[in-house]
Amino acid sequence: MPKIRPLDRILVLLAVLLACYQVVVGIEGLGTFAIAAYTVGFGALLIAGLLVIILGFEILDSPHIAIVSTVIPLSLSAGLVSEFFPAVQTPYLVFALVALGAVIFTRYRLAGNAALIALVFTHAVSGLIIFILPVVVSLTGRTPLLFGMVGVGGALIGIFGLLLSFLKAERPLLSEEQLWGWFPALILVVTSAFVLGFAVV
Amino acid sequence: MSAFLSMIRSRLHSYWILIKSLQTALLLVTGLAGYISVAGADLSPGLLLSIAGSLFLAISGSTVLNMVYDRDIDSKMPRTCWRPLPTGRVTPREALVLGLLISLAGAAWACSLDWLYGGVVFAGWFFDVVVYTVWLKRRTAWSIVWGGIAGGMPVLAGRALALGHLDWIGVLLSAAVLFWIPTHILTFSMRYFDDYRQACIPTFPSAYGFQPTRLTIAVSSVVAALAMIAAGVGIGLTAGFLRLMGVLSAGLLLLAVTSMLRPSERLNFGLFKFASLYMLGAMLMIVLEML
Repeated sequence: MPKIRPLDRILVLLAVLLACYQVVVGIEGLGTFAIAAYTVGFGALLIAGLLVIILGFEILDSPHIAIVSTVIPLSLSAGLVSEFFPAVQTPYLVFALVALGAVIFTRYRLAGNAALIALVFTHAVSGLIIFILPVVVSLTGRTPLLFGMVGVGGALIGIFGLLLSFLKAERPLLSEEQLWGWFPALILVVTSAFVLGFAVV
Repeated sequence: MSAFLSMIRSRLHSYWILIKSLQTALLLVTGLAGYISVAGADLSPGLLLSIAGSLFLAISGSTVLNMVYDRDIDSKMPRTCWRPLPTGRVTPREALVLGLLISLAGAAWACSLDWLYGGVVFAGWFFDVVVYTVWLKRRTAWSIVWGGIAGGMPVLAGRALALGHLDWIGVLLSAAVLFWIPTHILTFSMRYFDDYRQACIPTFPSAYGFQPTRLTIAVSSVVAALAMIAAGVGIGLTAGFLRLMGVLSAGLLLLAVTSMLRPSERLNFGLFKFASLYMLGAMLMIVLEML
C-alpha cells in the first residue's frame, strides 16, 4: 500500500472538516431518527478520515476500519430510508443492525470468504440505496434536483468499492498505487457531493 | 553581524525547543477557550492578547524549568537526548535563568489582570514544577495525576478570569483535561517504554503492566469525554456542536477500548495523536460556539 503524502492528508482533512460541518449544521431540522443516523454516518466518516490522516492508508487494511467503513453506508442509507420511506424505517434498522453484526462477527471470528460475502452484501444493499434513492426522489420532484448529488456521491464511492473488490480478488482494473492515489481526492468529492445534496432538504 | 544574527537565531531555536511549543500551544488554547466559554466575556483583542501572553509565559516557564530539572533523564533517553540541555547547546544556568524569568513575567502579568486568575495560573505552575517535576516524577507512576491537575489549570484560570469566581463548569473543563492527560501520557509511556525504563522513571506500564495501563486509559477516556460533554451542556453548546463533541468522544472511546481488546503499537500511536486532536477540537468547538 502506498505511503500517504502531505497533499493526501490535506485533501482528507478538507473532507473531515466538511463532515464536521455536516454533523454540526448540515442535518438540522430533520427527524430525530434521521439526525441520529446521519450523525453516526458522517461521524464515522470523520473518525475514519482522522485515522487516515494520523496513521496513513495502511490503517484501511485494519479489520476495525472495515467495520467503521460499513457503519458509514448503513447509517446514511438508514437516514435516507427514514426520511423518504418512514414506513420501512424499523425493518431497515433491523436489517442494518443484523448486517453490521454479521460483518463484525465474520471479520473477527470467521474471516476468509464469509467475511468478504458479509461485507460485499452489506455494502451492496446500503450503497444501492444511497445511489438510487436520492436520484429517484430528486428526479420525481419530491426534493430539489440538487439532492441527487447525494446519489452521485454514493455512486462514486460505490465505484471505488468495486475497484477495490477487484483488486482484493487479484483481478485489478486499476493498480493499487493508482487506486490509493485517487482515494483522497475521491473522498473529498464524495463528501462534498453529500454536503451539497443534503443542503437542499 | 551575520554570525551574530545566526547565533541569535540558533539560540531562539533552542529556546523554542525548551518550551515544547505544541504542548504549550494546546494548553494556551484551553486557557483561551475557558475564558471565551463565558457568555458576555470581554473579547477585546488587547485582553485576549494579555491572556494568551501571560499563559504562554507561565506555561513556557514551567516547561523550561522542567527541562532543567530533568536534563539528566533526558540525556539517558534516545527520544530526548538531542534536546538543547543534554547536548550542551544551552547551559543549565542559562535555562534556569530563562525559565525563572519567563515564569515570573507570566505570573506577574496574570496577577496584573486579576488576582484570582493569577492565583490559578500560579497554582498550575506550582503543581507542574514543584509537585510533579521535583517531588513526584521520579518517585511514583501516579505523578501524572498532579501533572494532569497542572494541565487543567489554564482552562480553569481562563474561565475564572471571565467570571470573577470559580464555577462547576470550570471545574468540569479542568477535570476533562485532567482525565484526558492519562490518555495522552500513558499511550506515550507505552510507546517509549524502554526509554523510561532506561532512565529509571516509574510509569504505569512499568509499575502495573501494559494491560492495566490500557484499562486505565479506557476508563480515563470515558471520564474525560463525560466531563467534556457535561461542561459543553453547562456552557450551552447548541445541539450541533454537542453532536460533534459526542462523535469525537465516541472516537476516543472506541480507540481506547479497541486498544485494550486488540492492542497494537500502531493503534496506541493513533490513540495518542487522536487524544491531542480531541482536546484541540473540543476547545475550538467551545470558541466557535461562543464567538
